[in-house]
Amino acid sequence: MSQAAFADAPVPHRIDTNAPPAIVLDKVNKWYGTMHVLRDVSMTVAQQERVVVCGPSGSGKSTMIRCINRLETHQEGRILVDGTELTDDLRALDTIRREVGMVFQSFNLFPHLTILENCTLAPIWVRKMPKAEAEELAMSYLTRVKIPDQAKKYPGQLSGGQQQRVAIARALCMKPKIMLFDEPTSALDPEMIKEVLDTMIGLAESGMTMVCVTHEMGFARQVADRVVFMDRGEIVESGTPQRMFEDPQTDRLKLFLSQILRGH
Amino acid sequence: MSDTVATAEPGYAAARERPPAGLVGPWAWARANLFSSWWSTAITLVLVYVILRALVGFVEWAFVNAIWSVPYNAQGRPDTAVCQNAKGIGACWAIIGDKYRLILFGRYPYEEQWRPAICVLLFIGLYVVSAMRRFWRKELALIWIATLAVIGVLMWGGVFGLQEVPEDYWGGLPITLILATFGLAFAFPLSVLVALGRRSKLPAIKLLCVLYVELIRGVPLISVLFMASVMFPLFMPAGVNVDKLLRAQIAFILFAGAYLAEVVRGGLQALPKGQSEAADAMGLTYWQKTGLIILPQALRLVIPPLVNTFIGFFKDTSLVLIIGLFDLLTMGKVALSDPPWQSFSTEVYVVLAIIYICFCFAMSKYSRGLEQDLNRARRR
Ligand SMILES: Nc1ncnc2c1ncn2[C@@H]1O[C@H](COP(=O)(O)OP(=O)(O)O)[C@@H](O)[C@H]1O
Ligand SMILES: [Mg+2]
Repeated sequence: MSQAAFADAPVPHRIDTNAPPAIVLDKVNKWYGTMHVLRDVSMTVAQQERVVVCGPSGSGKSTMIRCINRLETHQEGRILVDGTELTDDLRALDTIRREVGMVFQSFNLFPHLTILENCTLAPIWVRKMPKAEAEELAMSYLTRVKIPDQAKKYPGQLSGGQQQRVAIARALCMKPKIMLFDEPTSALDPEMIKEVLDTMIGLAESGMTMVCVTHEMGFARQVADRVVFMDRGEIVESGTPQRMFEDPQTDRLKLFLSQILRGH
Repeated sequence: MSDTVATAEPGYAAARERPPAGLVGPWAWARANLFSSWWSTAITLVLVYVILRALVGFVEWAFVNAIWSVPYNAQGRPDTAVCQNAKGIGACWAIIGDKYRLILFGRYPYEEQWRPAICVLLFIGLYVVSAMRRFWRKELALIWIATLAVIGVLMWGGVFGLQEVPEDYWGGLPITLILATFGLAFAFPLSVLVALGRRSKLPAIKLLCVLYVELIRGVPLISVLFMASVMFPLFMPAGVNVDKLLRAQIAFILFAGAYLAEVVRGGLQALPKGQSEAADAMGLTYWQKTGLIILPQALRLVIPPLVNTFIGFFKDTSLVLIIGLFDLLTMGKVALSDPPWQSFSTEVYVVLAIIYICFCFAMSKYSRGLEQDLNRARRR
């Protein structure tokens, strides 16, 4: 269904290949106890590139994307974000978290704060922005995700689709250079998926560097420069959406695609 | 009621909108809950009889047959013969009239008792102001400091021409309120820190917090108080003399802190992990995250058990009697040790119970209101 909705032409864009890469993962390994969840994951994301990550459940997609802003720590290999290496150094972490925005499957809005307060919190406390300026900024992003009239409400009073758009606006208020999405539409009712994807397409059009875990193939076709397929902690195959979906090389991707298509 | 429905919207629609008459109203409720079978009817009637008898008995004792005053002899001693004769039939409230100042203010010099009286009012005023969300800002801390300073000056005296009154003479309600107010005011922040510490990634801090909670919870409050009053001075360098009230206060804070910490930890654990992750992802520091995101939500979740613990500790202040401090309950006992009044303990304890109930009920009522207030915004 969502595939039909996004059968439009791909969003035009230009990847800046001369600039230093936005994200570099170099042979990243991670274990949970004895479970090896990331195996030699290597990937480079250029400035303004849009990467869609897909793969079966439990394949390590969330873990990988969460390593990029260090919500999880990796044990081997190197991760560089905008040239800064992720280590235990707190200052580096601080810099990176300011530059990387994240949108979660479960929205994770703060239920005790209004929509506007959700959006102004980080600019005021992390960027030390004056309150009035932060509110103005928040309103401009809330307008961009088309919910400025809900600013005084609390998250619990909004629909799932609206909450996820607020979450996107909230992340944007920090003016990040990179946006990470972890299955942003998976917790939504079908009729709300489109409004969130439309917001993300708008963001892609503005030239944002994006790494997005999603199974929305229509979205991947329209927006992604590259699709990365993960399985059992490894990057199995990657390429343009067209090549990946029409001419999968590995059996694992073929199997995955057949399951996804049957599911839809 | 059924005819208003009929005039407003007759027919089928009206019948659908409300349950049929006879299923609502007090009579229907009583029929469903109290008289649904001959068995429940019998129980209801027996209970009604028992309750009425008890109520009538109490009213007769407390009001109808009560003795409100007794004659005093030339030496100013009460003659309680009337009360002795009425014993078991009517209450002897004369004891309260005779002893209320001793019970409320202990051995505080009689002419100076307006000072603890003002202190009690100040404490109550402080509670009322703190309870109003309108005053929940930084200035509230200043109000607390100022009020407590005034209370300290009034109680101790020695300045502004006030007669100096050492702590040994303090007693009654001010002692109870001092122990409870300072106890909870310090124990609560301590408990929040300990609860956070128990979830710390630093093993040393975590171990320290776990040890503290488990050790304190593992012993009775009475033994902590004993330790504070008997053993603590042994560990202090010679010449350093921490007074008894302060020692009891510290013991009390440590004890309440451990219990409250577990309550707070429950709230922290109930929060979805996503809240903390979202705050991290935005680049908030640990303390920003804790103060702005985690605690406001976690504490809201635990208001009922928190207040439950508060109420428990308010009453537990009475245990300080075992180390020789004279709180409200202890002063009741002291009042009863006066020979003419010795046999009128019921009257004294009824009055003490009413005082405790007033404070505890206010806390409980307030917490329920606060809970509703805070949750109104986040209804789903
Ligand atoms: N906190 C954790 N502790 C232990 N195992 C985990 C944890 N988080 C994820 N895992 C495991 O790591 C693997 C990868 O998980 P995840 O990255 O969430 O997969 P995906 O997002 O692709 O579904 C799964 O097998 C999952 O069970
Ligand atoms: Mg996942």
